[in-house]
Amino acid sequence: MLISQNILTALRGLMANKLRSALTILGIVIGVAAVVALMAIGNGATSSITSRITSNGSNLLNIQAGRSQRPAPGASFAPTYLTYSDYEVLAKTLTDVVGIAPAYQSSYTVTAGIQSSRISVTGVTEDYLSVHTYVIAAGRGINANDRAKMNPVAVIGATTATDLFLTSNPIGQKIKANGVTFTVVGTLVSKGSSGFTNEDDIVCIPLETGYSKLFGANAVQNGQKTVNAISVSASSADTVNAVSAQIEFVLRHQHHLKPADADDFRISNQAALLSTLSSVTSTLTTFLGAIAALSLLVGGIGIMNITLVSVTERTREIGLRKAVGARKDHILFQFLVETVTLSMLGGIIGILLGMGIAGVVTALGLITAQVSLSSILLSFFFSLAIGLFFGIYPAFRAANLHPMEALRSE
Amino acid sequence: MGENEVRALDGVSFSVEKGEMISIMGPSGSGKSTLMSIVGCLDVPTSGSYLLDGVPVEKMRDTQLADVRNRKIGFVFQQFNLLSRTSALENVLLPLSYSGLGPRASREKALKTLERVGLKDRVKHHPNELSGGQQQRVAIARALVNDPSILIADEPTGALDSKTGAEIMELFQSLHRDSGQTVIMVTHDSFIARHTDRIIHLADGHILSDAPNPNPLKAGALRPDADV
Repeated sequence: MLISQNILTALRGLMANKLRSALTILGIVIGVAAVVALMAIGNGATSSITSRITSNGSNLLNIQAGRSQRPAPGASFAPTYLTYSDYEVLAKTLTDVVGIAPAYQSSYTVTAGIQSSRISVTGVTEDYLSVHTYVIAAGRGINANDRAKMNPVAVIGATTATDLFLTSNPIGQKIKANGVTFTVVGTLVSKGSSGFTNEDDIVCIPLETGYSKLFGANAVQNGQKTVNAISVSASSADTVNAVSAQIEFVLRHQHHLKPADADDFRISNQAALLSTLSSVTSTLTTFLGAIAALSLLVGGIGIMNITLVSVTERTREIGLRKAVGARKDHILFQFLVETVTLSMLGGIIGILLGMGIAGVVTALGLITAQVSLSSILLSFFFSLAIGLFFGIYPAFRAANLHPMEALRSE
Repeated sequence: MGENEVRALDGVSFSVEKGEMISIMGPSGSGKSTLMSIVGCLDVPTSGSYLLDGVPVEKMRDTQLADVRNRKIGFVFQQFNLLSRTSALENVLLPLSYSGLGPRASREKALKTLERVGLKDRVKHHPNELSGGQQQRVAIARALVNDPSILIADEPTGALDSKTGAEIMELFQSLHRDSGQTVIMVTHDSFIARHTDRIIHLADGHILSDAPNPNPLKAGALRPDADV
């Protein structure tokens, strides 16, 4: 018996029982759709997190004040600070570094004409924009001259520009923070960040301008100018760890820490964060996929159930086919073709549905779902395998029916 | 299995010549269904021997039996047993689909066989669009399409009214008379049996009598009142 003839017979049988066929494949459809959609959403989340982190420069090391562990009993609980002189020492001593950028950050209500917005104003050096991979959209960045002369100039992020100036050109316009007026000299290209904080909502001013005019006494501790963070861009991914060790050595010496003392600063590494986060998201994706695969299994059991009913219903047909010369393998094959046709049909509909769900999620702007070819192939062949696996038992039952008894059944 | 051996057939021995038309008669429980399934190669005897065209069948494996059924046996059943969602032509094509014949040759053969049973203009009809007699003709065409050595009919008129039943008997008689087709009629109805040349009576698994019927009834003869 030809395969095409078998498939045709199977399809005709399925068409004759449309509602039943639809209900039978529903489990497979939902399972496959869940696999495809969840994998797409998981992949989308992974790549959005990855791109967010790599957009900060994956060779980036971030130094912040603070202890990473509780101090030993009796030791000082005093708050710790990073100072401007820490930066100066690091800038002098570190090797394998392409940029080092201290920053002092504080939130202000920034106004431009009648528009106002609560924004963190960041005092920066000329290295800041390149270390954080910002790109100038128009005008210029902060330069050494601005710092030396304490110029009241500002470079603003893409979101800030639209918030404060709507559609008009911000270059040359004035903005006010805490009564101090700054002239906008440059705007930044949007980083397109999606996630926790908006990196496009930023006002950068020269660090020295900030110390002298804006930040006030808060920025000075024990007669030292402090910074919130120092970002260091290592020359390559291979030197990140060595640079991190240098920073620790220099800062411990600079802060007069004894060998037993814990660090009073933290160094975070974007590459390490990246690998941690992507392993978390890929675990999540696998987990979601596994749950979805379970529903595929349930769908397979549904197919087996209906096929068993179908074998019982068609006992006479099987008897007749055997009486006119069908061999066991003919009957076996006929029923396998039917279950595989069912499960493949379910698989195809499920893939389309899953892609539809991914499309809707993307259109709603929740997350940019990425339907991967591998998840499509995986779920297609998985549903095919399920059709085969769950079809074999009913097909064997059909093939092993005794022809005479099958013919006599009611 | 039970501890008491039940012998559905015991000591049954007979031979049928090519071109004969015989009846196997007996009440239900007489063993005629078992005999039919052995003669039709649906089953093999637990002991004893059955030669079909001189070939012993009892030692054959399942696949060989299936091939023998396909090539040498044609079945006609009381309830027709047609596939309901397929046309008359496709029903007749069914045995050919298991015989390995090419699609074009199969179609030609099936059409010719349908013409032979008088259904030339009904090939595209589905069983539910055909009368009982026409359905049985499709079933006969399906049985004949592979030119079987034996045509086995199990109560072929049991589900038909007497007029249509007579037409079907006429078809069997003409196949026997004109084409020399070997026909074995399995029935509990002595009126039907009297249309054949030889009648074997079964009871309780034994042959009661095996006698020629020198003046078989012509199809369409009136059923005697006593048989109704």
